[in-house]
Amino acid sequence: MPEQLVFAMEVILNGLMAGVLYALVALGFVLIYKASGIFNYAQGVMALFAAMTLVGIMNGQVPFAHLINATFGTHVHNFGWNVPALLAIILTMGVMVLLAWAVQRFVMRHLVGQEPIILFMATIGLAYFLEGVADLMWGSEIKTLNVGLPQGINLWIDETTFNIFDYGFFIDNLDIVATIIAALLVAALVAFSQYTKQGRAMRAVADDHQAALSVGISLNFIWIMVWSVAGFVALVAGIMWGTKSGVQFSLSLIALKALPVLMLGGFTSIPGAIVGGLIIGVGEKLFEFAIGPLVGGATENWFAYVLALIFLVFRPQGLFGEKIIERV
Amino acid sequence: MLDNSEGYVTEDGRKIGGVVMEMKNITLRFGGVVAIKDISFDIREGEIRAIIGPNGAGKSSMLNVISGFYVPQEGEVWFHGSKRPLMRPFEVAQQGIARTFQNIALFEGMSVLDNVMTGRLGYMKTNIFQQALWKGKAETEETENREAVEKIIDFLEIQHIRKTPVSRLPYGLKKRVELARALAAEPKLLLLDEPMAGMNVEEKEDMSRFVLDVNDEFGTTIALIEHDMGVVMDLSDRVVVMDYGKKIGDGTPDEVRNNQEVIDAYLGVSHD
Repeated sequence: MPEQLVFAMEVILNGLMAGVLYALVALGFVLIYKASGIFNYAQGVMALFAAMTLVGIMNGQVPFAHLINATFGTHVHNFGWNVPALLAIILTMGVMVLLAWAVQRFVMRHLVGQEPIILFMATIGLAYFLEGVADLMWGSEIKTLNVGLPQGINLWIDETTFNIFDYGFFIDNLDIVATIIAALLVAALVAFSQYTKQGRAMRAVADDHQAALSVGISLNFIWIMVWSVAGFVALVAGIMWGTKSGVQFSLSLIALKALPVLMLGGFTSIPGAIVGGLIIGVGEKLFEFAIGPLVGGATENWFAYVLALIFLVFRPQGLFGEKIIERV
Repeated sequence: MLDNSEGYVTEDGRKIGGVVMEMKNITLRFGGVVAIKDISFDIREGEIRAIIGPNGAGKSSMLNVISGFYVPQEGEVWFHGSKRPLMRPFEVAQQGIARTFQNIALFEGMSVLDNVMTGRLGYMKTNIFQQALWKGKAETEETENREAVEKIIDFLEIQHIRKTPVSRLPYGLKKRVELARALAAEPKLLLLDEPMAGMNVEEKEDMSRFVLDVNDEFGTTIALIEHDMGVVMDLSDRVVVMDYGKKIGDGTPDEVRNNQEVIDAYLGVSHD
């Protein structure tokens, strides 16, 4: 097999894995958008917030330590214990549910029936607020997150591919785990929305508020639930990205990478988010591999957006999104 | 006027029971506009009660008061012998009051079956973890609800479109699916907001037959709004007539038909 083709295969594999991580973030957007028509700009910050909370709880950090010390002149920083990863994840999930409740109670409930752009701006406000709170709660230094996920090169793939192609593929174990978890997450989400009472109610609310009320569904409850689920997805994304590149404030910027993914996949489709993520992941890696050297590299920074732009021209609703038909 | 608290027997021999819902001196205002002005009436168990009146009479507003979508400024709503506290529409629905809408409010993205299944949400008691395991209680529950829904689908003759997405259905069938969804909740009181609006003669006849059959077969108490006098008179046991937010008549179709005020309202006599 020609060498170039083998390289390309490795690039595609790595692209798929990167795409899964993009898809994870995009998924959070889709969930909220589907159920409430809100484009949640704060999704990326939610992932950051979740990751920071997780690290904070695991290390036994005192929340708002800086604020407490400055106010009372104390010197508390640490509870002096370490919380096991699984328990910390459960506790963090609890925090995300609380956050969902607070967002609904103090922000979204007062904006029912407003224009989408108003809701969007509210989520921008929420993003900055949450970023500030995260900073105040857990401090702004870069932290490492280790919940026991395997990391580093997968030797089995390395050896197997070496035996076949005479060239060992470099695939990160973390990426493989992320792929598996993302697949499970998507399967769980689909099962949840298709086969459970709450899922059915969620789809109903997404479709028609009035009709949902008339069959006895509480919109408030469903919206808190949807924000909680989005919080859970943010937590999973936060764990993956946090483990990969450390928990730091630039994590909230991965949300921007989710935008082209959404334009490709459509804002209303869960499978769309996955496929969109994979296309972007593979596309940008392949482009960098094939065209990058000709144009001086660093194409990964802009490739996704250009692809999204092209899509916007030819298929504005995305690959799987609902077709926009305007009757005159 | 009927004042028999024990109920009465209709012309065709059906026994009507006690009062299910009573509206007492309801007044509803939107800013300076008075949509409903001091109206009282009752709905009895097992009867088909109609609210009629010309366009803009306040019929839909009245239905929205009953179903909790509007909150009246004055007056009380009594349901099953107790005064209803301030409730949100979904809580009213959970109490057993199902409704349809004038402009059809279905879940367009879902199939007919899924739409009707949402009517059963109140009957699903298992929690999310039991459902995740899909064992025992959760499974029997789904089966039971599915059976109840299939029965209604059969009854309303919409088996052939069970799996069709609602958005693809013609208007008349959509109305029927909406009725099926409301029925799936096995409501104590069924509210129909202009069930015949926009239908042709044949569809109207079908719908009338279904309304009568539902009442007959399930004993459902039905309150409906309609401005087509002809249809209503054949269908209902008792009729409330509204005009400009006021009640101008209440009684059996025959009584109402001979009421001078009602005749004036429909034929158009100047209001001075």
